[in-house]
Amino acid sequence: MRDIRLLDRMFIPGTLIGPFTQANPGLGGVCTFVGEVRHDQGVEALELSHYEPLTLPGMHELADRAFARFELMGLLMVHRIGLMRPGEPIVCVSAAALHRRDAIDAVDFCMDHLKGAAWFWKREKRADGWHWIEPRAGDHADLARWG
Amino acid sequence: MIRLVFLGKLADLAGGDTLEQPGSPLSWLELLASLPTSLADVIASDSTKVAINGELVADKAAIVAKDGDEIALLPPVSGG
Repeated sequence: MRDIRLLDRMFIPGTLIGPFTQANPGLGGVCTFVGEVRHDQGVEALELSHYEPLTLPGMHELADRAFARFELMGLLMVHRIGLMRPGEPIVCVSAAALHRRDAIDAVDFCMDHLKGAAWFWKREKRADGWHWIEPRAGDHADLARWG
Repeated sequence: MIRLVFLGKLADLAGGDTLEQPGSPLSWLELLASLPTSLADVIASDSTKVAINGELVADKAAIVAKDGDEIALLPPVSGG
């Protein structure tokens, strides 16, 4: 079971995770991470832009690498694009496996690569207008963990 | 026509998401020369990656775009 998507409107992670878990009968464990837009001081909205020919294909390549690296039964990777408000879900990654370590590590692996290397550009709206978010040094350190 | 697509903050510098270029073929240096210096300098820097028709290019200085091509100019990602 492999479900990789970009969504341009608000989603409720539970409505994805339930069916995903059901679609992997016999699993030994499922690990899920949901990221939400943080309530940072002064941030009114977050906008994620992408480049259609690269972004979703890049997520599929990342899924291929996760399947090659870990013993997975299923992988769900859903990412928002467009305008979001604080508190809204922005990303959901769920991995199903026979053994917990593969599920947990696959989610960690996918999240580090989504944060550090996926084709998304973010800007946030504050009282004085829109501000682009620059890459963080920590993103590269997170990626380096995976060699 | 060659279509330039500006991602992230490059769209702000370019004053829009896309720009149609009439010239074809168009080399990398001709492309840079056709843009305002402030934008061309950022695009020429190592941090800006380039894709032609959805394929990342290893050496952007070597590109030659032809009629109907889409050149995407990709600044560093801010991640998911």
